[in-house]
Amino acid sequence: MREKKLYAIFTFSRTVDAMAAEKICTEEKVPGRLIPLPTAISAQCGLAWRTEPEYRELCQSKILKYDSIYSLKM
Amino acid sequence: MIYLDNAATTLKKPPGVARAMVKALESAGNPSRGAHEPSLAASRLVYDTRIKLAELLKTDDPARIAFTYNSTDSLNMAIKGTLKKGDHVITTETEHNSVLRPLYETEKAGVELTIIKADKKGLWDVGELEKAIKPNTRAAVINHSSNVTGNTVDLAKISEITKKHGILLIVDGSQSVGSFPVDVNAADIFCFTGHKGLMGPQGVGGIYVREGVDLSPLRTGGSGIHSRDKVHPQEMPDALEAGTLNVHGIAGLNAALDFILNTEDIYEKKANLADEFCRRICDIKGLTVYGDIYGKSRSAVISVNIEGLPSDILCDRLWTEYNICTRAGLHCAPLMHKALGTLEWGVVRFSFSYFNTSEEVKAAAKALGDLAREAAK
Repeated sequence: MREKKLYAIFTFSRTVDAMAAEKICTEEKVPGRLIPLPTAISAQCGLAWRTEPEYRELCQSKILKYDSIYSLKM
Repeated sequence: MIYLDNAATTLKKPPGVARAMVKALESAGNPSRGAHEPSLAASRLVYDTRIKLAELLKTDDPARIAFTYNSTDSLNMAIKGTLKKGDHVITTETEHNSVLRPLYETEKAGVELTIIKADKKGLWDVGELEKAIKPNTRAAVINHSSNVTGNTVDLAKISEITKKHGILLIVDGSQSVGSFPVDVNAADIFCFTGHKGLMGPQGVGGIYVREGVDLSPLRTGGSGIHSRDKVHPQEMPDALEAGTLNVHGIAGLNAALDFILNTEDIYEKKANLADEFCRRICDIKGLTVYGDIYGKSRSAVISVNIEGLPSDILCDRLWTEYNICTRAGLHCAPLMHKALGTLEWGVVRFSFSYFNTSEEVKAAAKALGDLAREAAK
């Protein structure tokens, strides 16, 4: 069974904001990737940015527009 | 073949447009619909195209631009999404049917419509706009650049009036985008298409909506986000992008934008070709050139008639005898033709692209000279 790890999850209200987050984080070489919005956060569609907990603050400083940040084991 | 019908659609596209479309056909998933690579690749492509459009149109926020099918689609959204019964709207005789017909529909639904008259050159007085404003005026719908004469209005000047009176300025930029630098900040809503001056494929257009403008979407449905909600997302651009986007077309537009944004003489070359054509034909006996041909602001559109030759005959002879593609008739702008006095016969429109050449201009001018001399006999 895959071992669950803790991540920082950034959620967005628009896809355009998720794409902007991916663009800036990729350009600034901040680790992370776009994932389907975890159902543990919301049973809705959409994208979320997942990063290791140690990059949470760095992402927070780079991502211009997000809804919320969650700490989630997944 | 000499293709001079670029105001209808550009035929020759920049290198890379077709390749980008084929690549997208083979690799792009549904944007905003997943986090697997094909879907993300499509989402990145859409986002990147938004960024390039924002750069071209001089807006800081790419999210204020939504993709549509074309200008007509955007104008329908703008007009039907802002006007309601009891509102008053102002437009001009220079408009295309993509503005007039939606406005006539809203008129039937109880919107009051004022149409500002154009003169014999197809120009209208901006002062008339201010005079037409009433307490219930909600919007002015204005053609940026005429698809018949190529003459262009001063959006900044018009915007001063609409801002002063707190009414929306909805702009039809079908012929302006890609023809000369455009700053959408003058407008509250700016509608454009991708297949004319932008030299992208047909089936992709766009709409810029200024922050704070309340625009009800014509279409609602799948958005890829907030799927549990009964209401379609209200925020731009999702509000106006219900359903799957034309990603393959957007890929082509992206490549076309790369070309436009990286070509220094993109506007100048086309304008010079139109000027050269004008110089070469203006002395032809029996030939009339319509509009303010010496006007400072114009797109690369020149409309003419030859005395004694109906426009359809002239257009057809240019095609069958000279292999030159032009457009005859009324160009979907009946009120403009009424103003120009050409409602019965129409005119023949020559419209140039970045990819036309001086040799083609000379050949077209010579053909007109030959046909005018023949008609005069």
